[in-house]
Order: sequence, then structure tokens, then C-alpha cells
Amino acid sequence: MERRLARERGMSLAEKFTAISWPFVALLCALAAVGYAMLYSAAGGSPEPWAFRHGLRFGFGLLLLIGIALVDIRLILRLAWPLYALGVGLLVLVALHGEVGKGAQRWLDLGGFLLQPSELMKILLVLALSAWFHRASLERIGNPLFLLPPLIATAIPVVLVLKQPNLGTALITLTVAGAVFFVAGVRWWKFALVGLVLTLAAPVVYDSLHDYQRQRILTFLDPWSDPLGSGYHIIQSKIALGSGGLFGRGWLQGTQGQLNFLPEKQTDFIFTMLAEEWGFVGALSVLLLNLLVVLYGLAIALACRHQFGRLVATGISVNFFLYLFVNIAMVMGMIPVGGVPLPLISHGGSAMLTVLIGFGVLMSVHVHRSVEIEAEEER
Amino acid sequence: MKRERTRRTVFTRRLLLLGAGKLALTGALGVRLYQLQVVESDRYTLLAEENRISIRLIPPPRGRILDRFGEPIAANRQNWRALLVAERSDDVAATLANVAQIVPISEAERARIEREVRRRRRFVPVMVRDFLSWEEMVRLEVNAPDLPGLMTDVGTRRIYPGGEAFAHVVGYVAPPAQADLDGDPMLELPGIRVGRAGIERAHDRVLRGRAGTVQLEVNAVGRVIRELGRQEGTAGQDVTTTLDAGLQRRVAERIAGESAAAVVLDARNGEVLAMASSPSFDPTLFEAGVSAAQWREWTTNRRAPLINKAIAGLYAPGSTFKMVVALAALEARTVSPGERIACAGVTELGDAKFHCWRKGGHGALDMREAIKQSCDCYFYEVARRTGIDRIAAMANRFGLGVPLAIELPGARPGLIPTRAWKQATFGKPWALGETLVHGIGQGYIQTTPLSLAVMTARMVNGGRAVEPHVTRAIGGQLVRGHRAEDWPSLGIPEAHLRIMREAMDGVVNERQGTAWASRLPPEAGARMGGKTGTTQVRRITLAERERGLRRQQDLPYEWRHHALFVGYAPTDQPIYVCAVVIEHGGGGSAAAAPVARDILTEALLRDPARRRTPPAPSLQVAEAGPVRDERG
Repeated sequence: MERRLARERGMSLAEKFTAISWPFVALLCALAAVGYAMLYSAAGGSPEPWAFRHGLRFGFGLLLLIGIALVDIRLILRLAWPLYALGVGLLVLVALHGEVGKGAQRWLDLGGFLLQPSELMKILLVLALSAWFHRASLERIGNPLFLLPPLIATAIPVVLVLKQPNLGTALITLTVAGAVFFVAGVRWWKFALVGLVLTLAAPVVYDSLHDYQRQRILTFLDPWSDPLGSGYHIIQSKIALGSGGLFGRGWLQGTQGQLNFLPEKQTDFIFTMLAEEWGFVGALSVLLLNLLVVLYGLAIALACRHQFGRLVATGISVNFFLYLFVNIAMVMGMIPVGGVPLPLISHGGSAMLTVLIGFGVLMSVHVHRSVEIEAEEER
Repeated sequence: MKRERTRRTVFTRRLLLLGAGKLALTGALGVRLYQLQVVESDRYTLLAEENRISIRLIPPPRGRILDRFGEPIAANRQNWRALLVAERSDDVAATLANVAQIVPISEAERARIEREVRRRRRFVPVMVRDFLSWEEMVRLEVNAPDLPGLMTDVGTRRIYPGGEAFAHVVGYVAPPAQADLDGDPMLELPGIRVGRAGIERAHDRVLRGRAGTVQLEVNAVGRVIRELGRQEGTAGQDVTTTLDAGLQRRVAERIAGESAAAVVLDARNGEVLAMASSPSFDPTLFEAGVSAAQWREWTTNRRAPLINKAIAGLYAPGSTFKMVVALAALEARTVSPGERIACAGVTELGDAKFHCWRKGGHGALDMREAIKQSCDCYFYEVARRTGIDRIAAMANRFGLGVPLAIELPGARPGLIPTRAWKQATFGKPWALGETLVHGIGQGYIQTTPLSLAVMTARMVNGGRAVEPHVTRAIGGQLVRGHRAEDWPSLGIPEAHLRIMREAMDGVVNERQGTAWASRLPPEAGARMGGKTGTTQVRRITLAERERGLRRQQDLPYEWRHHALFVGYAPTDQPIYVCAVVIEHGGGGSAAAAPVARDILTEALLRDPARRRTPPAPSLQVAEAGPVRDERG
């Protein structure tokens, strides 16, 4: 035990490098390859304009992932709050100077590289919350006053993202934070209380929603009420999915996507196209591949020997799962259309970078799963 | 460390709960996926097909109309059109302005084009000009760089190589009117034409064919991505007519300049070998739409160029009716062929006087001589003895006053009056004097040139009730009726018919006959028989009669008599019959008989009825019409 700890304290870079879970990386590469294939097909059988850039971004993101994986988890713990502050600063910056895309101020132009700080913010919030709860015993967590600072820390980015306005990301951020609170050991009844408050607040929130957001919810409730208007996306998506059948129409053969019936097929609706071309079998396989990534994250969390790593791994894994679930449920008409991409498969740089940065941190947790971190109160 | 352990236990428990929740949600996704892609797949597949497949009609080429030897008299020719695709032009107005410098575009047309450009999606071609000439087409193509968005394409248009000579019998095509829409979706296509008159109308369904369909894959905005499948339509079938194009041209040429009609039949089977009406019109004018001025000119012209006088012109038959009266009398035994009836130039009935055309009278004549010299008094007496109803019944048997089987639209049956008809129409009883007038083919009686030709045919073909028809074959298949045996007998004794033939032979070939001057020239190689007819358009007043009849040429055109002639040839074995009516021509012997002579001479020389026509192949003969008479 002592020997192992000693060794891990002084792990060389090469040792860390080999300690990275390469099967996990291979899993990510498989998903990215699926994305490449679908984007190639979405362009009518051409690497331009999406697939090639997708591959390029993934390569860059992968390097980033490995780089972060080598960073000592204790450094990350120390930097958690400063990074959080940086993220909030970026959100404020976006609110003031952001590029307007699709009617929402979400993007920050960093020298030709568009960044969506709200995506990055979810990881940074997970780090901050994990850092907070890492130091806390269950007794202290039971103290409502102790929960106030993390609640405020959650509320600040959520409100900023809502203001952009980006309801989907705000809700996902909230859920990710909730998951961290949950595994940290916050009492059940407190969640119930918050749930109750949110339910009561829902009508008020609905009133304050933008028209297009309200329309999305109404459309979700009855997509056929206006099949060529706002219901169009969901109906066309369901048609494409349904026409795929068991084995699909074949790669590059999907009619709905290839003929532009399917809107935003390269971003939010890529899973629809995938399901049309590869059928139920293909779509289920991709779904299971994603689930494997999620479960891998949970396994890393379970195997970690310090609370910070456990909480961080949980938050990142939940974040990835939420992307996945919201996107697929959306294209199948189960929840309102929310503009959430399918990570690693959809075209779009910001989400992919965020996910890979998150997985970089996850890998760091994995690599440094046995390091000794002194909890403040035990010191 | 204990606290750390409980914290870890709580964490593990809750993480496992979280993991279970994720699994459950993923399971829900899987179930939903199964429901959409497997359970409801059929429904969505159907919707997807509808989404992407658009079915469009492709009109087949219209069948041709051929003469009996396969010479096309209505065919299709390429038609160049200029179309504008708005999305390929930055400035539609500028393109149109440039086009207008090459082919004229009226202000109204420009407004229509711009309206259509606005109304349609920008990739849908809009018609700029139809019926471009080859030169205009080439000039547009050469100037293509200055005409962004303009494209030319090829459709078909109808051409009539025979032109005006065939216009009435062949008819013409025009864009369908509301009344033409018969449920065939093809008729709603832009640029489609339907037969409006003549054979084009009569066989429109056959000529039109059935539209093919092309299945196009379209995207969400309706743009064509590619062709998925094509179901070829059925091309319109060629209609082979009974006409002989050469004879038709000669007939039309011979009556040109007059207001007249002429019909040539094959007496044995009723085939129409030629049918012409004058004046005529250019049948191609209808395809693009007739101008108001042209239409007014046609419809107000007293010579009625649009009317096919051969089937729709109504004329009293005059003396050409005398054979029918004679046959009715023979059948009723009111007169024997040899009985001589005296003609003193006038027949008196009560206070009324009925004059013979020959002022001094003919003396005593038997039936053959009476027909030959066209004695009116003889027929006043015979008609009086026989009665109008028996004459009318005989006339009906010869195709007069009854609808004929001719396929052409607009054919009129004419009128043969009876006692009952007079009572029903005027509420007055029939007067005996009217019988006398009708005995020489005047009065209420109305016939068409075609019905007179049919009458003559039935008289010289051994008494068979042939019906006139212009269709010989459809799609290469002969239609019924081209053989003499196809037609039933009228039940007239041959002895009676022989008297008629011999009398008509005498009309032309004996010195005292009324058409002696129009006997056939020796090169015809045969004789013709016939009967002249002259009908009054206007009653001759007593004062005029006493002054002595003026010559017809001295009368105003509208007052002149109609000239008629029915004839047949050869006399020994009749094949060709001919009926000629020349409105206001003066007299039958002077104006109509020479025309008939020339027509029958041409018929005998060409001999279309006995010449081997190309054998009817059982398959379509759409391409490359058979060469005339290649086996004869």
C-alpha cells in the first residue's frame, strides 16, 4: 500500500501516459468515426464541408484530452474555483459582446475560433462543486447553510445561460449540478423541496420564455397541428426514422436526409439520419456504444479513491449522458426540440471540444485515482 | 477514516442509483427507437415515399393521320419554345428586354411572364414564347450569353402537309377548352392540344394515346433531384383514312374559288376517297390561338369557310332527286318504265301552274328519257301518283334525310318532309301541290353533298346500303366496312336499278342528255353516268317568267341557282361516285357537271380504290409510313 502510494505520488509522465485508459479512447474514436461517416453522407457523399473538419477537430480534441489527462488531479482541484470564475467571466463577456447566432448570444469569437462558454461552463461548474463537496463530511452537507454557496455557484451560470437565451443548456447545467449534489449525499427531501419549488415556478417561467421557446413546447405537444411550420422538424424526423426500418436504407442511401427533408441533419438531427440509413440495428448499436462510454465514466467514478475524483467523474459522465439522452429523445419526439447536439457525432466544434475536455478531466481522475488528497477538515 | 468510508458508501449507493436511472432512460430510448423503426416502420416508409416521389405526366406523341396509301396528312413537327428560369438570371427584366430585341414580346406578354415568375418557385421554367421559328431559335441560342436564365426546348406541334385542301375533313387541333376536359389528366398539361374538328376530333382519343408517367425524386422544396422511374405512355395511334391525298388535292383545287363542296366515294363500300369544301382555311392557325380579327373574318364571311359544306351544307337536291322519285313510283307500281307521259311545258293543278324547265315541253317521254332530259312535268305527274310519303320512305332508304354513319363531327342529316312532318311542324295539312314541287327535288327537302353521293352510290352499287366513312385503319388494323359484303341490301329490284343506271348513262353520253357536254375525255378510258340538278335560291316571279328567263350570269351572285351534279364511273362496272354542289353556280349542267367530269377523270386515272393499298400490318406503323403502292 505504502509502496503503491509512493509510486503514484511520483508518477512520471510516461507512466501517466500508459495509465490512460486506451480502450476508452478507442471507444471515443469509434464514435467520432461514426460521426465522420454520417457527416460524409449528410454532404451527399463528400468530406466537404463537414466530415473533414469534424475529423480535424476530433484529432485536436484528442490531443487536448491526453494533455489534460496528464495534469495532476490535485492541480485541477486547486484550480477549480479560479477556472469557475473564468467561466463565469466568459459568460458575462458573451452576454456583452457575443456573436449573435440563431437569435441567441451564445458564441464567443476567440480569434476565429467560436467558443460556446455555456458548454465549457458545465465542466467548470462540476469541478467547482466537486471541490466544494470534496471537503465536506456528510454532517456538514446536512447543514443547509453549507449548501448555500454551491447553490449560488450553480445559479449564476444557469441564469446567465437562460438570459442568452438557451433553455436547453441551462436545464442540462442544472441537472448536472443536481447530480453532483445528489451523489455528494444531499438529502432526498431537499431535492423534493427544490422540485416542488420548480414545479410551482413553472408557469412563471413559461411566461418569461421567449416565443420560440414556448412554440417548441407547444409543438412538442402536438406536432401535426402545423406540419409545415414548427412541427416540421419533428414530423420529418419521425418519418425519416420510421422509414429506416430494421436495417436501414444503407449508407448514403437515406432519402429524407439526402433530399433535405431533414432539417439540420448535420447537427441536431444527425441521429435521425443515422437511424434512417443504418436502421434500428445501426441506431441501437450507436446508442449502446454511447451507453458504454457513460458506464465507463461511472466505473471510473466508482474506482476512484478520493471524493473529488468521484464527484468530477460522475458530473462529467452525467453531462455526456444528458447530451446523448436529450438529443436522441428530441429527434424521436419524446421531449421538445432543444438544439442539443449528439456529442462526437454531430458537426459542431464547441460541443465536441467541451466533451473531450471533460473526458480529459475524467482521464485525469482515472490516471490519478489513487493519489492522496487531504480533505481540508481532516488535515 | 470512518467518515470517509460512510461518505464513500453513500456515494456508491447513489451513483449506482444514478447509473440505474441512466440505464432506464437509455432503455426508454431503445424502446422508442424500436417502436418507430420496427413497429410503425411501414407507415413512416409510406410517408417518406410521398415525401420524395413526385409523379409527372409525359404526353405521348399524337398519332398521325394518313391517307389510304400512308401519306401523312397530319403529322408532328418539332416546336421550339423559349423558357425562362428565374433563378439563373440576376435580373429577369433585363433578360426579357434582351430577348425582346430578338423576338417581339408584347407588353401584355411581359406582364404575364413577370407574374408567373413571381408566382412560381424560382427554378420552375416559365414560358416566354411558343412556336419559335428556326431562325428565332438560333438567334436566341447564339445570344445566350446575353440572356442569362433563358433556355430553349423542343416540344411538338401539329403540321398539316396537305394544308387547306384537307382542312375540313382532317380538322385541326387547339388547346383544350373547358368542354374538352373529359377526365384525362393529360389534358391539364400545358401545351397539350386536342382535336377540334374533322378526323382530329372524331378519333381524338385514339390519336391522343395515353400519357406516360415519370417518377421524379424531389426534395423538400420540390426541386427535381433525379428520375426514379419512367412508365412510357402509349403513343397515339396512326389513323389511316380512306382518302386518296392526290385525288383530294385535285378535288380541292377544282372547286377552289367557288363556294362549293365535292365528295368522291367508293360506291362499293362507302369509303370517302375525297371530300372538299371551299373556301377553306389554314388548319395550323388554331394551334397557337386564332386572332380576333381572323375569327371575325371567318365567322362573318357569307361563304362560311369554317363549315364543311360536304357534310353540313344543306341544299335542295333539285333534279338529282328524280331517280328516287322514279324508284318510289316503280316500287309502288304507279308508273311502268315504258309508260309515256306527255310534257307540254306546264302542268296545271287547280289554279296553280307548274312549269317544266324547257319552255316548249318535251312531248311524250318514258322514264329513261324523262331522267335523261330531266323533264319536270313527267315527275310532277309521277310524284302526284306516288304520294310524298312513299317518296320520302324511298329517299330515307337512299340515305337522304337520315343520319349517316360518317365519323366526322358536325354532319347534318338534312330533311325529307312527310305529311306527318308538315302537320307537326306547321300545324297544316300537306298540300298536293307540294308533292309536285318535291317531285323535282324542291320545297322543304334538304340534302348534303355527302348524302347525295351516298344516294348515288347505293343506286349504282346494286342496292347495297353502304354508309360513308373516312376511317380505313386504326393503328394498322383495318376497320370493318371496307368490303362490299359488309353492307346489307336495300331490297330494290335490280331491274329498277338498271333503269336508273342506264338513264344516268344517257344523261351524259347521249346527245339529248343534260350533261352531254361533260362526258369524259377519251383518256379516262371509261364513261361516266350522272344527273344534273339546278335549284332555285329565289322564286322566279311571273313577271320575270313573262319577260323570259334572264341568263344566270346576269343575276346578282346571291340570286343565282345552286348547281348540282351526281355522277358515277365507269358505267359498266361502277366504282367511283361523286357529288358536286356549287353554290350560286348557275346550272347543274353548266357549272357542276364539268367539275364532276374532271374529278371522276382524275379518280379513274389514279384509280385509288382498285390500286393495292399497303397491306395492313398487325403492328403499329407509326414510323416511316409505307411507300405508296410499293407492291402494286
